[in-house]
Amino acid sequence: MKARVHIMLKTGVLDPQGEAVRHALGSLGFDGVNAVRQGKVIELDLEDGTSEATINDMCERLLANTVIESYRVEIL
Amino acid sequence: MHAAVVVFPGSNCDRDLAVALQRAGAHVTMVWHKDTAMPAGVDLIAIPGGFSFGDYLRCGAIAANSPISQSVKAHADRGGYVLGVCNGFQILTETRVLPGTLLRNSALKYICRPVELTVTTVDSPFTCRYGAGQTITVPIAHHDGNYHADVETLKVLADQDRIAFRYVKNPNGSADDIAGILSENRRVLGMMPHPERMAEPAHGGTDGAAMFAGLVDQLANA
Repeated sequence: MKARVHIMLKTGVLDPQGEAVRHALGSLGFDGVNAVRQGKVIELDLEDGTSEATINDMCERLLANTVIESYRVEIL
Repeated sequence: MHAAVVVFPGSNCDRDLAVALQRAGAHVTMVWHKDTAMPAGVDLIAIPGGFSFGDYLRCGAIAANSPISQSVKAHADRGGYVLGVCNGFQILTETRVLPGTLLRNSALKYICRPVELTVTTVDSPFTCRYGAGQTITVPIAHHDGNYHADVETLKVLADQDRIAFRYVKNPNGSADDIAGILSENRRVLGMMPHPERMAEPAHGGTDGAAMFAGLVDQLANA
């Protein structure tokens, strides 16, 4: 089985990289980009039957820093 | 005073830190990240700067989960002394020994230059040899030194006098100009600037030396 973990900075945490991307889009002439938030996608190839609770534990203990990041698990 | 300097793959300030501690009079043992226990009788664990495990995933995240980090956490939990410099500070936040985290610098650039710091508290073995409010010059060298914590945590740090150093001119966007913080029991210090790189005249300054001298002095009598 496969799972995909989406990791994003929490609301309120400044994302200087996203802000730099927003500026770059503006300088390419793309008007109307109000905000850009940059995150991470991690794909996991897992033994069949791995529980969502186990994947959440992986996120809590390593994949995300929950001080600043939120995560969402997608089972594929 | 017996200090252990932890070495991860990618650490690059480990020997500088060992030399600074030795010249202040400490007995230093280097400890490899795969070791599971600290040498007996260690008073201080020092976690050096560098790019542990290539800074993969997040700075300090992989190191924080390596075998030796459990010993670091156990040492801190039982009231032992820990110093984390630069990547060492990042590792201490990833292990949750210290609160908050270090984000990418606000200007997105790696910054490597001497900066002025204000010694915000002298109530710790790390800062006891400085004067309150003293300005010192110590180099920074980081890409991810932008200290972040939620509003409640920042208030607790300020109220409990746990901000050890503040930047005189904030180089990286750190909340509350924070350059270094102490644990609640004041025995763990994490800081982004490098005192070990300003510890003898050949470095161009000696403002970092008082930290190591103070540590050796306080811990020898502990």
